Amino acid sequence: MTSTEPITAPPRPPKAVVPLIEVRDLVKHFGPVVALAGVSMTVNSGEVHCLLGDNGAGKSTLIKTLSGVHPPTSGDFVVDGRPVVFSSPREALDMGIATVYQDLAMIPLLSITRNFFMGREPVKGKLGPFSFMDMAHADRIARDEMHRIGIDVRDPQQAVGTLSGGERQCVAIARAVHFGAKVLILDEPTSALGVAQTSMVLKFVRQVRAKGVGVIFITHNVRHAYAIGDRFTVLNRGRTLGTYAKSQIKLDSLQTMMAGDKELQDLSEELGGTV
Amino acid sequence: MTETSRIESTAAIGAARDERLRQQSGLRRLLSRPELGAFAGAVLVFIFFGITAHGTGMFAADGVLNWTTVSAYLMVIAVGAALLMIAGEFDLSVGSMIGFAGMMIALPTIVFHWPVTLSVIFAFAGALAIGFINGLIVIRTGLPSFIVTLASLYILRGLTLALSILFTNRTIVVGMKEAAEGTFVGFLFSGTIGDPLFTWLADNDIIGRLPNGDPSVRGIPMVVVWALFIALVGHIVLARTKVGNWIFASGGDANAARNVGVPVGAVKISLFMLTAFCATVFAACQVFEFGSAASDRGLLKEFEAIIAAVIGGCLLTGGYGSVIGACLGALIFGVVQMGILFTGVPNDWFRVFLGGMLLIAVLFNNLIRRRVVGGR
Repeated sequence: MTSTEPITAPPRPPKAVVPLIEVRDLVKHFGPVVALAGVSMTVNSGEVHCLLGDNGAGKSTLIKTLSGVHPPTSGDFVVDGRPVVFSSPREALDMGIATVYQDLAMIPLLSITRNFFMGREPVKGKLGPFSFMDMAHADRIARDEMHRIGIDVRDPQQAVGTLSGGERQCVAIARAVHFGAKVLILDEPTSALGVAQTSMVLKFVRQVRAKGVGVIFITHNVRHAYAIGDRFTVLNRGRTLGTYAKSQIKLDSLQTMMAGDKELQDLSEELGGTV
Repeated sequence: MTETSRIESTAAIGAARDERLRQQSGLRRLLSRPELGAFAGAVLVFIFFGITAHGTGMFAADGVLNWTTVSAYLMVIAVGAALLMIAGEFDLSVGSMIGFAGMMIALPTIVFHWPVTLSVIFAFAGALAIGFINGLIVIRTGLPSFIVTLASLYILRGLTLALSILFTNRTIVVGMKEAAEGTFVGFLFSGTIGDPLFTWLADNDIIGRLPNGDPSVRGIPMVVVWALFIALVGHIVLARTKVGNWIFASGGDANAARNVGVPVGAVKISLFMLTAFCATVFAACQVFEFGSAASDRGLLKEFEAIIAAVIGGCLLTGGYGSVIGACLGALIFGVVQMGILFTGVPNDWFRVFLGGMLLIAVLFNNLIRRRVVGGR
């Protein structure tokens, strides 16, 4: 177990609540490359768990393992108290683990409705091998869900490309929640967005959390993480440096921890801590 | 004053406001439909030849039959090409497949004396298998379908020639009309329907007669029926079904589609099989209409199919397009090709026109795409 002192993860007195996801000593090798060298974390219902780390820390590998893209080399992966092994993203999805990728969330040329129901089309009636989509029903749900996010969509048949980046992220999140996600993995949902758009996404994530969904929020922007997170796990070189509750750690120390390298910390201070 | 009262009433009734907005977006939706350009193009082409080819017989019954048949042939393969293009892939082997499928029908029938029905079934099975292999190679290797099907283009064209020479010592295999005489498949691919209607029309002098007294149009050729059938099924599948959504998704972004569980590989492979199927329908109609299979049949048809799809609003990059558009593209193609013949313009101009049309269509599509994606 790789950990620093204020750990809240595995060896904790058992509480009544079973974590939605628990991983212990997760290891992933790609040939000779060790991408994950023992990662442990838990995600509970109704919390936003931020996963912080610089490039190459293993964030992407970790979420791809959690979402069923890569099987882990070793380690325990427990969902709802049961150990699982996923062989495809679809299996993870069926267990309620949905991942929203930063740039792969939506297809710009397709309509909002078609995007929203992609892979989960509502069907009415069948003719031979073809099931007919219930377009009216799909449109109605898409419009309702958009309305709930607070996006004024004139026509759910309009292309997703007409939405802003923040709106697209929100639609992708709404889609995952609509289809029963219990754990939502958000991969850098705010990194490509402006300030107003970012706050829109963060606000929506808070809304989703209130519904009892567990959110894993991956970012390298400590400010965005601190604004929304309940707990923070810092990754470095494929290991967890520790998991901290918000009350246990200040923004500055989180920043310092993430920067890791001494020189970068100095540079960061010189620049006024804005890196 | 009317303005304020309208605002008040809409604020009072949310549903009414919603309805008004939906009407507004209806027009917008119409303007960003993929087949808009092709529709405008078709109208223009009809107006143009309606004026220039006036009195040449292009719009008499037999003239109409003429360009309808040409368009129908192209429509059969254009629908397949469009669906595949929307799914993000190309099939350059369509033309060669037409030649090869023709041989798969003719050689067993003429050389090995198979019943013609069996030969046709054999040809369809063979074509579907080749389409499957094309698709499988593309999906498994991740190579561009352009290159993979370019290889099939040469392989199939070469095989068509080689097998025809090997078995018959010539490049054209004749005698298919006699072989198909009175069979159901003969009717299925080269018969006509609605003959009594056309006889009646001729009896009442609504359409002309041939010198021998037959009506100038015997009936609607089966290739037209096939074209409409394939187009109708293609359109419904694309626009209304789950599979249609998967086709759009596969072409729009294969990775995003896979992430949400769309079976991208299966969708694409099925569509490669569809283009092969369409090419075989084309081949069967041609073989039974001409009574022969020849090794140069279908030459360059793959490009004509792609051009029809692009004129119809399909984006070369996938994820956008329509079957109706592709059909209109094929119609434009047939009307122009025959119109140029009727007006007596040298045939060379057809290609000039075609190239120009393609260029305009691509520019227009680019505009539409920007309107759809960046249309804020």
